[in-house]
Amino acid sequence: MLTDLTIAEGRDGLRERKFTAVELTLAHLHAIEALNPRLNAYLSVGHAQAVEQARAADVALAGGDTRPLLGIPLAIKDLFCTAGVRTTAGSRILMPFIPPYESTVTANLLRDGAVFLGKTNMDEFAMGSSNMTSHYGPVENPWKRRQDPTAVLVPGGSSGGSAAAVAARLAMGGTGTDTGGSIRQPASFCGLVGVKPTYGRCSRWGVVAFASSLDHPGPFARTVRDAAILLGSMAGHDPKDSTSADVLVPDFEAACQRPIKGLRIGVPKEYRSDGMPGEIETLWRQGAAWLREAGAEIVDVSLPHTKYGLATYYIIAPAEASSNLARYDGVRFGLREKGEDLRDLYERTRAEGFGAEVRRRIMIGTYVLSAGYYDAYYLRAQKVRALILRDFTEVFAKVDALLTPTAPSAAFAHGEKMDDPITMYLNDLFTVPADLAGVPAASVPGGLDADGLPLGLQVMARPFDEETLFAVAAALERAAGFSALPTLRAGG
Amino acid sequence: MALDPATVRRIAALARIRMDDAEVATLVGELNAILGWIEQLNEVDISGVDPLTGAAHMALKMRDDVVTDGGYPDRILFNAPDRIGEFFAVPKVVE
Repeated sequence: MLTDLTIAEGRDGLRERKFTAVELTLAHLHAIEALNPRLNAYLSVGHAQAVEQARAADVALAGGDTRPLLGIPLAIKDLFCTAGVRTTAGSRILMPFIPPYESTVTANLLRDGAVFLGKTNMDEFAMGSSNMTSHYGPVENPWKRRQDPTAVLVPGGSSGGSAAAVAARLAMGGTGTDTGGSIRQPASFCGLVGVKPTYGRCSRWGVVAFASSLDHPGPFARTVRDAAILLGSMAGHDPKDSTSADVLVPDFEAACQRPIKGLRIGVPKEYRSDGMPGEIETLWRQGAAWLREAGAEIVDVSLPHTKYGLATYYIIAPAEASSNLARYDGVRFGLREKGEDLRDLYERTRAEGFGAEVRRRIMIGTYVLSAGYYDAYYLRAQKVRALILRDFTEVFAKVDALLTPTAPSAAFAHGEKMDDPITMYLNDLFTVPADLAGVPAASVPGGLDADGLPLGLQVMARPFDEETLFAVAAALERAAGFSALPTLRAGG
Repeated sequence: MALDPATVRRIAALARIRMDDAEVATLVGELNAILGWIEQLNEVDISGVDPLTGAAHMALKMRDDVVTDGGYPDRILFNAPDRIGEFFAVPKVVE
């Protein structure tokens, strides 16, 4: 089936004219029609635009054009502004918003010939780890528990729609953003490869801002090589983002073939949590054994401030969010609620437009930045953040990469972990440190738990050394031989 | 540093979010739980540590202080909930 192809296979098949870009895109659009009413992975589907882009790709292919993503259909997280296409960030407040501009990352994908199938569901303003905070309803994870196949599981979050779409074969790859784990955790829950590159590798311009010092655009794919192909197109310097890195984009795809013999891989003892299933610990040890068999040296290391990552994050991210989300005031774009005066208009608009989790985080952020509390919370958190970065800097003087579990659990059911906010926040325990430090990290499917649900392994590497990240991730992928398929998928 | 309902109302006013008493009551509990959990950062010895403002492993770039964009009011106003001519319209601010 065309929907089962990897991006690399699709690219080769298109160039060899085994099938057309229109056929490839229509196969995905039909799969979306069949499965999206249930999965709710896409918030909007651009049928006509996708077919038009595919037609243009076929013309270009006939002319010998070899752009890397020519004719490849992708899912775009609804946090990326797409010119003329509604962009909601999963929020009611942006329900009427049609950006007059294209984000740099999506513009780069279009430059390289990609076809956009539609915009995917997400936690509101990327604040969540389950996709349950979307104003447009939750997403169903296409994977099912073996013993309890009727339970509806979350795809993870916040990029839950892209993850579910790529897992269910409703797209060949997708975009996400990772602020505290929002690419890697859903990748782990949906049996995918998810990559959060180095901070500054992908431009944030045109990506609806959550926490600017933590927001990282990155790809979802079904193989490490596909993720490398996507990142190669998404990345690159952008003068419109002052934190965009002016560094060369290496050949990530080629790096997947690099041998890992002689690399030193650190296993940090702090990546454990209370109640973490034994299967995750076992998979972690198995991952280290796989890398050792591939010629790497496994080294026990320590990142002593790991356990403070989440609390640090839950000061810094809400603080930045409370500032970034101040722009939603009902005046220039988005929802407006009528008010008696301007202040009343602001207050009613924001009360009606933001959901409970977003309001909660704006409140935390406003409080920790308010007079009298700034030093006790925000400044202290920035100093702990410096110590977390120092942990990474010191450990990367001794090892080339780190291996950990991606998440402390497999996918959970809708309604679980909803009792109090902190239980949900604990999902990001292992992913948050790489966001705080800005180091590149990837999740690779390692195996299944006893319920038949995928579990991810996380690789982290030095800043701007995604090549080592991809080499190690590809070595894990080869050794794991992960071939399990989700229950709900195109043609399944 | 436990939050009381009056403080939660004050923060909501700073954040320009209208809030009824029921939500204030819920948030008092939730915010206190979150801030209590965050207190763990007080265990960390931060003496002599400079705060880290961002994750960028590079010096911020400078650019010339010149206008590089603009001149398309219709695109800027395209999403405006209300407009008068080339302006965003809001309820009367000055009597």
